[in-house]
Amino acid sequence: MSTVLSPATGLEASTLTSTRIANTADSVSFAGVGKSFGSRTVLADVSVEVERGEVIAILGTSGCGKSTLLRIVAGLDLPTSGVVSIDGTPVSRVDSRCAFAFQEPRLLPWRTLEANVSLGLPKKTPKAAGQARVRELIELVGLADSAGHRPREVSGGMAQRASLARALARNPGVLLLDEPFGALDALTRLKMQDLLLDIHAAAPTTILLVTHDVDEALQLADRVVLLGRNDDAAPDAGAGIRSIVTVPGARPRDRSSHELAELRAELLEGLGIERHHG
Amino acid sequence: MSSLGADPTATSTSTRRSAPGRSTAAGSARGITLLGGAVLPLLLLLAWQGATSLGLVNESQFPSPESVYLAGVDLGQRGLLGLYVAISTQRVLIGFAIGASIGLVIGAIVGLSRTWNVLLAPTLGGIRAVPSLAWVPLLILWLKIGEESKITLIAIGAFFPVYTTVAAALRHVDRQLVEAGRAFGLNGVKLFLTVQLPAVLPSVVAGLRLALAQSWLFLVAAELIAASMGLGFLLSDSGNNGRTDRIFLAILLLAVLGKTSDAVLGLFEKLAARRWS
Repeated sequence: MSTVLSPATGLEASTLTSTRIANTADSVSFAGVGKSFGSRTVLADVSVEVERGEVIAILGTSGCGKSTLLRIVAGLDLPTSGVVSIDGTPVSRVDSRCAFAFQEPRLLPWRTLEANVSLGLPKKTPKAAGQARVRELIELVGLADSAGHRPREVSGGMAQRASLARALARNPGVLLLDEPFGALDALTRLKMQDLLLDIHAAAPTTILLVTHDVDEALQLADRVVLLGRNDDAAPDAGAGIRSIVTVPGARPRDRSSHELAELRAELLEGLGIERHHG
Repeated sequence: MSSLGADPTATSTSTRRSAPGRSTAAGSARGITLLGGAVLPLLLLLAWQGATSLGLVNESQFPSPESVYLAGVDLGQRGLLGLYVAISTQRVLIGFAIGASIGLVIGAIVGLSRTWNVLLAPTLGGIRAVPSLAWVPLLILWLKIGEESKITLIAIGAFFPVYTTVAAALRHVDRQLVEAGRAFGLNGVKLFLTVQLPAVLPSVVAGLRLALAQSWLFLVAAELIAASMGLGFLLSDSGNNGRTDRIFLAILLLAVLGKTSDAVLGLFEKLAARRWS
């Protein structure tokens, strides 16, 4: 696809019209999604509607089932109950409308970054078009100088950018990001967040982002879904949606704004971190 | 667009890798390794020559290097040396090719499928525990003293190292990589060729190397007992006739042949490790 006007959303890419990275955007609907592993219930009754082109941050403590929820959308795991639908069709196996960027880069060590990115291309992409798109994406994530390197020859941040490019190569309707910046140093993480915002501005696909970083959620998301177990619930009950917060302000947001500070404190409290009043 | 330039740590890695002079440095290091490896054999040869010419050992029990060499020349002139080396090498190569191929296929099946692992692995483990010589009487009864019995025994010897390493390597392929492959729409043969096979290639070559060494082992076992030519036959025949010079010759030839074929596969192993990991 080479048009910047995404037919699914009708949204026009703002500043980065020259990059020609256009994605489709699909809606995602969670209806009563639950997941158990044996007798252990991880998720219970998760229901939320995600609009096309929306960026949703899924926030929660570690082990609360955030990643599981994402894997269910991708079709890598199947829910024990309920159903996830993408654009109205239920997900029953690995879904080609999704693209996944994992917490680790998960690049094939014997392939160059460029060849790794091309792994993400949709099936039956004509060779020339695929090559052009891979080159475009490599440039977009700033890896043009290292496209021929192997993953072990580049830094963690560069590998993670290649992983992101691989996911974008899929031209996904839903981009699933599982703490993709979690293992990076603080500075690289901020740069990657900005990069993601640039990409989303150029090609507004639907993004589900799992994170445990409240600031990251506030910086990137339209809405933040706080996942967790209710305080009064039984200890073996699965995690569900505690609250959904709409983040005010247009991106990119001022990381130090007062409004966000208040939200941050609220969300941290939801994660079990007490406010420290002066 | 955020301005993420090339990472300084990464560029330094790449320059180090492509630095000129690295290959020559590696070349001289390899030369030193080769020379170093030759030191002990040369010392042994010297000690051997010294012991025999000083009369420290009984010549009929412990022939001199010269008489071993002459035994080789003698056999060569009769056209037997070349024939024995050729037939033994041929048996090893054919048996190795058959055993290793079956080992690759069965190893892949057992390594990839939990069901086949449960069904096959214990039985194969049991067969593997049978000492090589135990097969010989049976193979001779079934296949007579022809080429088939020897090649079958060598194939059995070559099968197990390949089967074991391939099955184990496939079982331990990074699950995260396999899952990433699945997430990007790969499955079945495509997934195997894209992710699993490249991931286990270095182990496969290592297994082939072990299998080749084992093939020479089983060759001698086969030829010692039931053969009318070959290096193993030379060993048993010379043993019966008290020709220690020929026994030494056969042992030295086996050492040289085994080491040479191993070195060739060792080269492949190094290449595979560099390319596929």
